[in-house]
Amino acid sequence: MSDHQHHDCCAHHEHHHELVIDSLTVHYRRVLALDRVSLATSCGNRVALVGPNGAGKSTLLKAIAGLVPRTSGTIRWRGTTVRKWSREFAYLPQREEVDWAFPITVRGLVEMGRYPQTGWWRTFSAADVQAVDLALESLGLLDLQQRQIRELSGGQQQRAFLARALAQEAHVLLLDEPFTGLDRQASRMLADLLGTLSHEGRLVIASHHDLDSTSRLFDEVLVLKTGQRGFGPVDEVLTPALIHEVFDAEKASL
Amino acid sequence: MELLSNPFYQRALAAAAFIGFANGFFSGFVVLRRSALSVSALSHTMLPGIAVAILATGALTQWNAFAGALFAALIVGLGSVAVSRGHRVEQGTALAVLYTAAFAVGVAVLPLLKTRQQLEDWLFGNIVAVGNGDLLISYATGAVVLISTSLLMRPILLTLFEPNVAAAQGVPVRFIQYLLFGLLVLSLVSSLQAVGCVLSVGLLVAPAATVSLLTDKTSALFWGGGLIGALGSALAVVLSSTIGIAPGPAIVILLGILFVAAYLFSPRYGLLAGRRR
Repeated sequence: MSDHQHHDCCAHHEHHHELVIDSLTVHYRRVLALDRVSLATSCGNRVALVGPNGAGKSTLLKAIAGLVPRTSGTIRWRGTTVRKWSREFAYLPQREEVDWAFPITVRGLVEMGRYPQTGWWRTFSAADVQAVDLALESLGLLDLQQRQIRELSGGQQQRAFLARALAQEAHVLLLDEPFTGLDRQASRMLADLLGTLSHEGRLVIASHHDLDSTSRLFDEVLVLKTGQRGFGPVDEVLTPALIHEVFDAEKASL
Repeated sequence: MELLSNPFYQRALAAAAFIGFANGFFSGFVVLRRSALSVSALSHTMLPGIAVAILATGALTQWNAFAGALFAALIVGLGSVAVSRGHRVEQGTALAVLYTAAFAVGVAVLPLLKTRQQLEDWLFGNIVAVGNGDLLISYATGAVVLISTSLLMRPILLTLFEPNVAAAQGVPVRFIQYLLFGLLVLSLVSSLQAVGCVLSVGLLVAPAATVSLLTDKTSALFWGGGLIGALGSALAVVLSSTIGIAPGPAIVILLGILFVAAYLFSPRYGLLAGRRR
């Protein structure tokens, strides 16, 4: 299939790492938030999660990241089952969920990405410091590393969390509405960045609310409305009929 | 200067510096958790704790005061956490109701007590009167606070910054939250001798609040807070004897002045720096 051609440029892997989610179901208290969602994709892809408000996009990201408990279903990454959390998954929260006033510098935030490697007590080794430096450098944050995170622009804040994910050496990046609130220039920069990251062999999964830009920014799309309404290459899945069915039915019933 | 050779005075200085350091260090967490209000609530809760302990045992010793303060703070603090679990009432709301009720009990019990003068020391602190036993309690509680928070610094920071991510990474978030709460109560109790329960809030908020106006480094909140707490408290004890005011209030006044000074003159975030920009 031609749409999988770009896999050939995964720089870091000889073969593709597969993420396979099988009938993932999540309840919040007793409310069904996610109903038997399945998908299979691999590194090098950018996957958009689209759906109306409350469709479970954030829930799916959090369930993959291990932040909310799953009722049933399995997640397999590179052939092994992820029980709760994998160091290779990094979750990037929605902007409004972050405590921006927390007195931490950009560098301090990125250093947090090393905690899973260092554990609770081990001091930072030269390799840890290098990983932090590299992450800051590749996201163009070296000059800003001593800034408090609130003093950054929206795009820079997004990059600071991406840098933390890189310092963690994460392969799967789970982003909750990364483009929301960014101006045009920052959006373009983030789009390029996600392209680069996926070309380098990472798997990018992001919730996204703007249908028009989905085909430009992502390779695959999962359409959600508690249950799953479609999954595959963006142009094949996001047909006017499906969009109407998933997004407009709600408006019509109002 | 002959004061300095007085053993009581030496002990007071040592106690002030150590309590100031331990409390200043912990104030970093209070500022990070934005829990200054609950600290204030808990400090008021210690009054009825002490009063009821005296009423029950008929005497005021450091041990029953300590136990009473600890017990009352734990009941009110954990009670507010438990009530807010139901998601119907916010924790701040539950805390406000419970602590004012507890404080009212203290106010009601106070006239029944015969040990008013001594009690005043517990309410407002009297660091010059510390005995060796008091000092020991302060050292022990301070050491527990310092050691456990330094050992668990990373999981604590993760918990405070992103509790859900921390939980996913295997940090026992609930344990950490209860631990922080327990340590907060310990810190409060350890500062009783220095500044008393009413003013203990000052020692547990002001140092790191001051540092937060000066720097963005997270670790500086703790070590810088400890330093400001220690130096500020010791200096205040010295000043208080020369000026002739009580040392407890002197400590909190001095920390307040430092905070305002940082607010005005901080090179980065100060009011005056903002003007210049």
